[in-house]
Amino acid sequence: MNAPTNSTAAPVLSVRNLTTSFRTDMGIVTAIDGVSFDLAAGETLGIVGESGCGKTVTSKSIMRLLPEHLTIYGPDSEVLFEGSDLMKANERTMRRVRGDKIAMIFQEPMTSLNPVFRIGWQLEEALKYHTDLNRSERRERAIEMLRLVEIPNPEHRVREYPHQLSGGMRQRVMIAIALCCEPSILIADEPTTALDVTIQAQILDLMASLKKKLNTAIMLITHDLGVIAQVCDRVLVMYAGRVIEDASVHDIFYRPQHPYTQALLESIPRSGGKERGKRLPTIEGMVPSLHELPSGCRFSERCRYCEDRCVQEEPDLLRAEDGRRVRCHFPLSTDRTAAARGET
Amino acid sequence: MWAYVLRKLLYNIPVYFGIILLMMAALRVNDPVNNYLGKHPTPEQRLALEKDMGLDQPFIVQYVRFIVHIPLLDFGDSWKYEGTTVRERLIRAVPPSLSFTVPTLLAAAMISIVVSLVSAYYRGRPVDKTLMILAVLGMSVSYLVYIILGQFFGAFWPREAQWSLAPFAISGYEPWIGMKDVEGGGSAFFFSPTTWVTYCLLPVIVGVIVAMGYDTRFYRAVMVEECTRDYIITALAKGATKRKIMFVHMLKNALIPIVTRVMTTLPFLITGSILLEMFFNIPGMGKTLITAINDNDFPMIQGFVAVFAAVMILTIILTDVIYALVDPRVRLS
Repeated sequence: MNAPTNSTAAPVLSVRNLTTSFRTDMGIVTAIDGVSFDLAAGETLGIVGESGCGKTVTSKSIMRLLPEHLTIYGPDSEVLFEGSDLMKANERTMRRVRGDKIAMIFQEPMTSLNPVFRIGWQLEEALKYHTDLNRSERRERAIEMLRLVEIPNPEHRVREYPHQLSGGMRQRVMIAIALCCEPSILIADEPTTALDVTIQAQILDLMASLKKKLNTAIMLITHDLGVIAQVCDRVLVMYAGRVIEDASVHDIFYRPQHPYTQALLESIPRSGGKERGKRLPTIEGMVPSLHELPSGCRFSERCRYCEDRCVQEEPDLLRAEDGRRVRCHFPLSTDRTAAARGET
Repeated sequence: MWAYVLRKLLYNIPVYFGIILLMMAALRVNDPVNNYLGKHPTPEQRLALEKDMGLDQPFIVQYVRFIVHIPLLDFGDSWKYEGTTVRERLIRAVPPSLSFTVPTLLAAAMISIVVSLVSAYYRGRPVDKTLMILAVLGMSVSYLVYIILGQFFGAFWPREAQWSLAPFAISGYEPWIGMKDVEGGGSAFFFSPTTWVTYCLLPVIVGVIVAMGYDTRFYRAVMVEECTRDYIITALAKGATKRKIMFVHMLKNALIPIVTRVMTTLPFLITGSILLEMFFNIPGMGKTLITAINDNDFPMIQGFVAVFAAVMILTIILTDVIYALVDPRVRLS
């Protein structure tokens, strides 16, 4: 339960000091600031946080999918993958990595597929770029992939267009496209947000079973803690462009150390019990605008335990003995969590 | 699909009859015979023309007779050019029109699509801004200015200065492809690209320049919208090159609005650009119609309007069919 999560296996991906800024009309805005983490082979890492905290920017920065002329990466940003730094790789190398070694699925299955090409064509496109298979082998592989993601009647489906499939089916197709070259990392950016709950459960089950089959490491980005609890091994909590807590899924849910994580957990609706009829706790205030970040801890304005030091200096992301990391001057102890729970 | 086309055609027949009815009624508000002959025709002249077009019959008879003759393009004889039928003059006017409108349309569409792709891809950057300034300038200047400048700098000046290279005629037209009678009987095929260059290339260049201003801006707007679509990121994440994304993923999506625009300009192929034909003195369909109107050549006007209306309707049906070809979400049923 307390097993250190970072050091057991050699990481397939190491992100170091990833800083991504955008040129905007109001000047340069830093969307994520010094994000560092490791992803172990076969691990499912959840990244959670409110809208606008930098989850998607983190994932797109890793694959360098952000618009080049508007994006500035920090000079000491590193994305170490298979012994090289993707931040310094050229466009050719990046193309070879994308879709082959690192694949990605997106939030909106309704619009992520190209509406005017057949499902089969879109699946085979990735194979065409990354494998030596010939046309009929690609078609075979496409059908095989559709079968793997449990799409009924795949021989027929490859000849259909996206609009002929439901949202859940389209997300399965996206997963099939992402996994067809057997990548070592799958980045899933809110893959179930646009789907209804039953389909969401099916997609998550599918991802979990495919992960076992193909031993793919998954980076799952979501704002839904329920999804995290269901599939993740480890969780990275982000707030206003920073990682604020990094721990195993068990620790995050039962022993959160950052007040923000704790507040997030409290704002999950629960059914029944003594909380019935009570108002759902929320986190007061808003995520600070990236243009006017507080000088101290970025969560200080909304933190119920805020003290002078929190406003004056920003805490570092410190690693504890057990491998957990937390960015807080006064991390919550187990007792304090219990006390906080008692109050509410 | 064929069932759809057939049904569309059937639906449009009453529309077409309506157009013909309006056109025939409008042309009879002022007595066409008087218009043609002037104030003091002799009764024999009047009678001859009235008989010729059946204008002495009740309107309903004229209407039915006209419609029955449309499929054969039998619109009677030209009044102005005695001895030639309207059909002959119509058919004679088609090749000159097509020999400069088809190249204009194709070149304008292809150049604008490429320019707009580049512009959309580099949107907001200097390349894009320069191209768009040129496009706005291009569309803000009148058609006539381009024609006159083109004729002056393209044709008149090189000839006056006696340059060795003076490829263009200021105006006029000669057939450049077709069958020619040979001395001693029979006919032979002839094809002369230089004749085409002399008479048609200058109007094509002017036509392309004028069309490009509008087309580029329209296509760029379409492309910019496609640039922000989610499938672009999906393709990028699959490892596609930028060229693949632009010319395969984006272009096929953008084809839908592009087709709409190209199709709306299709009747231009047939009618020809009236201004270009008038100024370059090309005996195409546009110029023939304008001349007929000026001459009060009643059978010619009737015949041409009937043909143009049919072309318009067929274009609209063709547009629907092409939609279904480029966009799989469109079903013709």
